[in-house]
Amino acid sequence: MKSRKWVGPLLVNGSLLIIVLIWSIPTVGLLVSSFRSRFDIQTTGWWNVLPHREWKKVAELDPRELGLNPDGVMSVEGVQGTFEQLRAGLRSPDGDTRVTWLGNKRLGRIEVQKRVWTVTWNFTLDNYKQVLLGAEIKVTKPDGTVETSPGQNLSQAFLNSLAVSIPSTVIPILIAAFAAYAFAWMSFPGRKAMFILVVGLLVVPLQIALVPILRDYNTLKLNGTFLAIWLAHTGFGLALATYLLFNYIRTLPRETLESAFIDGASHFTIFLRLILPLSVPALASFAIFQFLWVWNDYLVALTFLGVDPTYKVLTQRLADLTGTFGNQWHLLTAGAFVTMILPMIVFFSLQRYFVRGLLAGSVKG
Amino acid sequence: MAHREVAQERRLGAGARFLAWLGRVLLAVMIPLIAFVVIYEGFLFLRDSQAPRWIIAAVAIVWGVGGVALLYWVFNGIVERLPDVWTQRLQPFVFVGPAMAILIWYLALPAVRTFYLSLFGRDGPPQGVGFFQSFTSDAFVGFQNYVAIFTERLLTEAFRNNLMWIVFGSTFSVIFGLLVATLADRSRFERVAKSLVFLPMAISFVGASVIWNFMYEVRPVGQPQIGLLNALLVAAGGNPVAWDKWVAIAPWNNLFLILIVVWLQTGYAMVLFSAALKGIPDEILEAARVDGATEIQVFFRIMIPYIMGTIITVWTTIVIFTLKIFDVVWVMTGGQFGTHVIATQFYRQSFTARNSGYGSAIAIILLLTVIPVMIYNLRQFREQEAF
Repeated sequence: MKSRKWVGPLLVNGSLLIIVLIWSIPTVGLLVSSFRSRFDIQTTGWWNVLPHREWKKVAELDPRELGLNPDGVMSVEGVQGTFEQLRAGLRSPDGDTRVTWLGNKRLGRIEVQKRVWTVTWNFTLDNYKQVLLGAEIKVTKPDGTVETSPGQNLSQAFLNSLAVSIPSTVIPILIAAFAAYAFAWMSFPGRKAMFILVVGLLVVPLQIALVPILRDYNTLKLNGTFLAIWLAHTGFGLALATYLLFNYIRTLPRETLESAFIDGASHFTIFLRLILPLSVPALASFAIFQFLWVWNDYLVALTFLGVDPTYKVLTQRLADLTGTFGNQWHLLTAGAFVTMILPMIVFFSLQRYFVRGLLAGSVKG
Repeated sequence: MAHREVAQERRLGAGARFLAWLGRVLLAVMIPLIAFVVIYEGFLFLRDSQAPRWIIAAVAIVWGVGGVALLYWVFNGIVERLPDVWTQRLQPFVFVGPAMAILIWYLALPAVRTFYLSLFGRDGPPQGVGFFQSFTSDAFVGFQNYVAIFTERLLTEAFRNNLMWIVFGSTFSVIFGLLVATLADRSRFERVAKSLVFLPMAISFVGASVIWNFMYEVRPVGQPQIGLLNALLVAAGGNPVAWDKWVAIAPWNNLFLILIVVWLQTGYAMVLFSAALKGIPDEILEAARVDGATEIQVFFRIMIPYIMGTIITVWTTIVIFTLKIFDVVWVMTGGQFGTHVIATQFYRQSFTARNSGYGSAIAIILLLTVIPVMIYNLRQFREQEAF
């Protein structure tokens, strides 16, 4: 029994640690890589920022000065081998020294390398400069040549994402809050039928609406505008918003409302002065949910915002980068992190509300 | 209050009743319509202006949000100035009307319209022809698009892949979510561990695709591998593989795409399971332990049955979610290497191949698959006494 006391927690925390590591490593790898120089990214794995052993050149010797005979077995720095073996590189018995013959037999030199602990820490902000700014950027390659490459101007896409996300979050909440109040506290003909419609539309996949709405937008000449995408996100988020807010608003104590009515307040005043302030937790939950959804959305933006690069949002631009520069990891890693930074801040600062929203049944159609 | 109003409604003459309905429908349609026109005009103005982009963006936000709020205020003001009876009759529709109008325009009607489109060829119903005449035109193909969906190889492949997504995506998310929730519940590091597993929920599918593309990056044999998975594989003495683009193991290369969504969705499952596990009364668990049940028995015989409702909810949610999966596949492989799913085929047919009839038919299939969940939701709702 005594041994179980520490074996149990060790097993639990150990397995938890492994899972958490597996879950975090992909993101950490991306983040670390985005700060590495573009040439480091292409030639070594990002885990080289951790201490690791690497071959370092410690000396270059002239075999003639050492009096070595290239036609026989030579002995250098504790390594013995023929010319051919040394040409291919030969390791010492303990594995920590490597001796390589460079060049031809007559004039060649001998390089001695040792395995040493090292970290590759050439961190830079160049990748971020290149993805965020619109101007051309000059990069000096390791061999000294200078290469200019165009900036990706993601800062503009960042603004576009904000301009899309904020109204697409606030407008549906506003409209849904009015509707939820009416469903919860007003009586009118068709109330039940309308709410059944809301519940029924909760899980309808938005794909069903893309083609008809695109046709409407073509008629209204609305394609490629922010208004088009605000309305689309409003339409697709409204059912869930109304449902969640209704579930919350109807649990508010009835007495508060009735006393307000007796004081002569109108529905509008009660809604504005009483219900909205009391509903802040529910409004916040849904706001975070909808904001993350809109910010991270790709399909709706792809369909309605079109091909004009000046209006594209971050997810579109990042997807474009993956298509065009599939192996330019210095662009992709920094670009991906630019798209993730705001949702991560929102997420970490407001996690409590987000979790509450999930528990209240946020399931998007 | 409700009864009095309904009685009042009955006492009304036919003319007044008609007027009431007209007013209600008008309110429902007018608020969004006016909002739309006002905001649209503002946009035209903004588009032609030379101001810096961030100013335009800020003005657009204020304009859009403020415009909608203002309209509610104005219309409510008008309705409140009417005689009391009419205020009572119309005011609810100021509140609920715009939401209904938008829902109908954006989801309810499109479902019908998409079905209508799905009965026609690639260019949809002919222009300038009436609704009834369109069914006799050449463009009308009946259910041929549906027949094509179930017989064409690309589509059957998409169905098979989607089935894999549904089965493996939901199952693995549920299992890992349950595992993390149970482990975290017994650990001192619960908060940190849960936050880190939950974090991917904040990342977009496009971002996650870049992250995992980097994990899966493959270099020719002999070159240093910069993708972590291949580096591990090579260090263990294997040859680098292309993971999600690994055609030799098709259809199992889909699993490497599914893995990305499991990575994203486990956090969601974990949060719900964690809350459910905390809801199990301690007395039940203690009683079982006193009776000599092992931890494994407690887990499978008590905890799992106790949170079965939550497991089913989570499972259903992820099933619906994976049914519509699009971004990951579109960005990672574009549907190549045998990875197309229903939603990517929908997009390809509707927008790349511009075959609206075929695309619409795929969308209708997608809708049909969620109907059982819709019915379940409605039945749950009907059981609630509160409404």
